[in-house]
Amino acid sequence: MKIPLRRKVIFYILLVVSAFLVFAPALIAFMMSFMTNQDIMSGKLIPTTITFDNYLAVFERFPLLNYLLNSFIVSIVIMIGQLMLSSLAAYAFVFMEFKGRNFLFFVFISTMMVPFEASVIPNFQTIRDLNLIDSYAGLTLPYFAMAFGTFLLRQNFKQIPKELKEASEIAGMGHFKFYLSVVLPMAKTSLITLGVYGFLTSWNMYLWPLLATTNDSVRTVQIGLKQLQTQEQLNEWGVIMAGGIIVVIPTLILLFLGQKRLQQGLAEGAIK
Amino acid sequence: MNQVELINVSKSFDKQQDILNDINLSIKKGEFFVLVGPSGSGKSTLLRMIAGLEDITDGIIKINERAVNHLPPKDRNLSMVFQNYALYPHLTVEQNILFGLRAKKVNKQEQQKRLNETCQMMEISNLLKRKPKELSGGQRQRVALARSVVSEAPLCLMDEPLSNLDAKLRAHMRIEIKRLQKRLGLTMIYVTHDQVEAMTMGDRIMVLNNGRIQQVGDPITLYNKPANLFVASFIGSPKMNMGKAVFSDQHLIIEDDLHLPKESIKSAMISETKNITVGIRAEHILPAEDSGVTHELTVVNVEQLGNETLISFEIGKELWTAKWLGQWNVHTGDKLPVHISADNISFFDSNSGRLLEASSTEKEEVLAI
Repeated sequence: MKIPLRRKVIFYILLVVSAFLVFAPALIAFMMSFMTNQDIMSGKLIPTTITFDNYLAVFERFPLLNYLLNSFIVSIVIMIGQLMLSSLAAYAFVFMEFKGRNFLFFVFISTMMVPFEASVIPNFQTIRDLNLIDSYAGLTLPYFAMAFGTFLLRQNFKQIPKELKEASEIAGMGHFKFYLSVVLPMAKTSLITLGVYGFLTSWNMYLWPLLATTNDSVRTVQIGLKQLQTQEQLNEWGVIMAGGIIVVIPTLILLFLGQKRLQQGLAEGAIK
Repeated sequence: MNQVELINVSKSFDKQQDILNDINLSIKKGEFFVLVGPSGSGKSTLLRMIAGLEDITDGIIKINERAVNHLPPKDRNLSMVFQNYALYPHLTVEQNILFGLRAKKVNKQEQQKRLNETCQMMEISNLLKRKPKELSGGQRQRVALARSVVSEAPLCLMDEPLSNLDAKLRAHMRIEIKRLQKRLGLTMIYVTHDQVEAMTMGDRIMVLNNGRIQQVGDPITLYNKPANLFVASFIGSPKMNMGKAVFSDQHLIIEDDLHLPKESIKSAMISETKNITVGIRAEHILPAEDSGVTHELTVVNVEQLGNETLISFEIGKELWTAKWLGQWNVHTGDKLPVHISADNISFFDSNSGRLLEASSTEKEEVLAI
């Protein structure tokens, strides 16, 4: 389709403006993280002098590294847990025949309609009763079971021809070995997609880490950022923004690396 | 010795209609046994039951004199080649071939030895490092065969392995599979819907239709003495010419069109049966040159194949085909003198479909050298 030049120009102007609007908060944060307090208070948008003091301050005054490490551990554990449980569950739904398999799957899927916030209180009680408050286990366990991941992988596994399973049965290969040596390698793209998705979601989670932690020992970086804001009487916005920028970096890296696969994997699940 | 034995085997899905009914069969060691039938006849299901991929509703399956009804596939000591080859797309040819041996924990040296032997036999030594998607259809077929051969299982099951290949390659692979089977002394159970494959490869053939055995026998018997109308029309290409027939005072009248003198039919049993269907092979409608003209038929279609000519005639409502060797200058609409002998006609009971009397093959008894 060929678009007339005038309309093309209008389109692009609109796109650029809306891109700026959408991206403005991030852009302002980025600018502010290099500004002195004076600049920020006078409401400037472009720094008069570029300073890295904010970045130094955020590491000095505040256990940012500790928080980052906690976030990494929590996100990676959740990611691995989700990949393992989802792929095993999806395998059972695809390759094992049992009565009520489809019914069970629909029940499973229907839990996607219950938002996590709705189950946050029972989850909290469970974790508290297990004495897992302030521990990595308490932070990660409730996120292991994931209906979406199971759904995504089930759709993917379904495309593996049934004959491959039968051939491996004749070769004398059990379920677990087939899962490891055939199913997982063949579903690599979907697994990567799901891994990235899981990592990002848990990296950004806020409510649960806030509830499941009472001190700084295992607290994640998102909560830490919030604390930056309230600890000071007069908010040092430069420092807060510098912290924010640092926290966004892993997300960006993952997105850049995994963008193609992410789209591919999600679309794969969507079509069939 | 019977390698595989089926006793009163039947199969039904979801307690519904039976897919397979009362199958009794024994397959000898070293035999190339073909299961043939139209799609939906239950032949693949039967093969999968022997492999252990499908439950048995009723009856007993024995392999090596031992009931295997509840034995998982891996303990039945067999190999299988699938229609779509079932190669693992993420593994190289070598890994694919050795897949089963690794699962069975055969030691490394033995693995390499068998791999080399098999690859030489199948001529795929230069493909070992490739992935299945980099192979042509014929090469994939060879890899699938190699995977089955390398397992050294005495029983090999094949489920329409050639149906994805083009006609030329198929003809070539038919010969190769047959040679391979003889060389290794395998017991082969081969499923196909293609009667040419069945005839050319099988030591014995079982014709299956609607879940019931129609006939079991060697290819020539099936061709010359088909047990019923189904087998008669299924085996042979072009298919056997059929027509309803009645007896009048002096004649046998086929499709109210062809008349044959009654005296030429010997068997008394036939004349007592009310509804008769007759069948005659395409090669038995002969050009009337030396043997005398019995009928004059109008040509409705001619197919020139180069080495032979297929000529179609309209007999009542049926279309009959004659196969004449060589090239014949015949045109649609011509009246052709032909020779049809009652000796070459097979008689079937129209109601039950059973064979009453096969054509007498004495004159052209299977030639022995």
